Amino acid sequence: MTDSKEIGALAISRKGWLRSHQWLLLRRTVQVVILLLFLAGPLTGVWLLKGSLAGSRFLDLVPLHDPYIQLQGLVGGHVPTTTVLIGVLLVGGFYLLVGGRVYCSWVCPVNMITDAAAWLRRRLAIEEGMRLARSTRYWLMGMVLLLSALLGMIVWELLNPITMLYRGLLFGMGMAWLIPVAIFFFDLLVAKHGWCGHLCPVGSFYSLLALGSPLRVRANGRQECIKCQDCYAVCPEPQVISPALNGAEQGRGPVILSANCTNCGRCIDICAEGVFSFGSRFHNQ
Amino acid sequence: MSDAEVKDQAHASRRRFLLGSAKTACGVALFGLGLGFYGARQSEAMPYYAMRPPGALDEKRFLAACIRCGQCVRACPYSTLRLAAPEEKVATGTPYFIARQIPCELCENRPCITACPSGALDPTLTDIYQARMGLAVVMDQESCLNFLGLRCDVCYRSCPLLDKAISLDAQHNRRSGKHTLFIPTVHSKHCTGCGKCEKSCVLEKAAIKVVPLVLAKGELGKHYRLGWEEKSKAGRSLIPEQLDLPDRLPEFDSPLQPEWKP
Repeated sequence: MTDSKEIGALAISRKGWLRSHQWLLLRRTVQVVILLLFLAGPLTGVWLLKGSLAGSRFLDLVPLHDPYIQLQGLVGGHVPTTTVLIGVLLVGGFYLLVGGRVYCSWVCPVNMITDAAAWLRRRLAIEEGMRLARSTRYWLMGMVLLLSALLGMIVWELLNPITMLYRGLLFGMGMAWLIPVAIFFFDLLVAKHGWCGHLCPVGSFYSLLALGSPLRVRANGRQECIKCQDCYAVCPEPQVISPALNGAEQGRGPVILSANCTNCGRCIDICAEGVFSFGSRFHNQ
Repeated sequence: MSDAEVKDQAHASRRRFLLGSAKTACGVALFGLGLGFYGARQSEAMPYYAMRPPGALDEKRFLAACIRCGQCVRACPYSTLRLAAPEEKVATGTPYFIARQIPCELCENRPCITACPSGALDPTLTDIYQARMGLAVVMDQESCLNFLGLRCDVCYRSCPLLDKAISLDAQHNRRSGKHTLFIPTVHSKHCTGCGKCEKSCVLEKAAIKVVPLVLAKGELGKHYRLGWEEKSKAGRSLIPEQLDLPDRLPEFDSPLQPEWKP
């Protein structure tokens, strides 16, 4: 295994800095552009996306709605309106196609914070720390739904750092900035990939949405793998790689099938041998 | 490996799995307990100074419906509405306004309601004057200028439903003995809770305040009937004419009683 400071060095020397960061750069661009689409209205008066990540209207016409919030409202006893149903179908349908956790790595603002924490963690070589079960997030997701039903309210929105951060940026921050700061230090000092990888119920809901999504990362070139471990080092969900990368002997196909893969494409960037690429989940031999 | 060893390993791994799951479930349950109590407290009534936008469902149902997207805030032309930050007493992210700062202007085209995608602001409220965001109450009769005998009248004049939601009721000024008090009187049948009276009150701190209906309204027992209303409904008195019994005077000529003298 390479030294922590040299993660990606091989890929950079082989492919150049830009090509070994292309998906990362694209992802950051998309995250920032989506935020700017929302910010354009209040800042310049040109209204592209009005509302926030919880629910919005594109060009004052197309409704977009977060399915997990609506599910909480539904179990809390509120029947969604037609507008909301259209919005949920549009958003849900999109993630069904591209992978639910594309929301996490390409849209969610908290991703930038936890990615920053993970980067600094690697730079400072902080060991793993508190070990949480990866399944904790599903327990949390279920508990939020149970509480929503018991209390008759949308419970996670009391705490949800994603929408809180967006609301803060768009409508006024108050003390809401403390929550992303807390998540940054939690991920940096307490648990590796702690928030997005182990706790966030929103991400876990989106992962369930995408159990069968056609767009997946494939390890088509797995026979070229030189076991440098760089992909494991940068992947926010490293447990998803192994079955596809090392599964040839057990007869497993090269597609990363786990719904917890966020389709961030960082493994594609970091691999000097070009093992990974985006592709479909089909023809998995 | 012998059968016994395989069995032992299976047992140990089952034990690890069960303990791990129990640990996670316990942690999540503890967290859920905290979140549940926090949520339950948030779903209590709003703080007295915070009003929901017009057409908001009652607080309990509102919190299951409102998705905290802020589209009502964007639609409000007067920047009346705002979203609660997490440190505030109002449920995180939900819209509200503070009447003393910016009251609701009761736009007849109801931009906040039509912008709301979730139905948390009731789209069937087509007449904005039927909104019941709260109720104005003259809280401090000791400092209200009209109660002191002056003719301030500002709350009355600023009311969008002048003479309906607030009227000035004439009463005798017992202090001076010869003047009239014009008492601002709020009528819940018409008051929308827009808060323009509270905003316009000239005092350092408003004497008239809009407060949530649960705080402002009393309720008569279900069995109460107001005699004068029943009478006007029926067109006549509901009790029969009172019997006029003959007056019975002392019988002065009784031999048993002495004659009465004042």
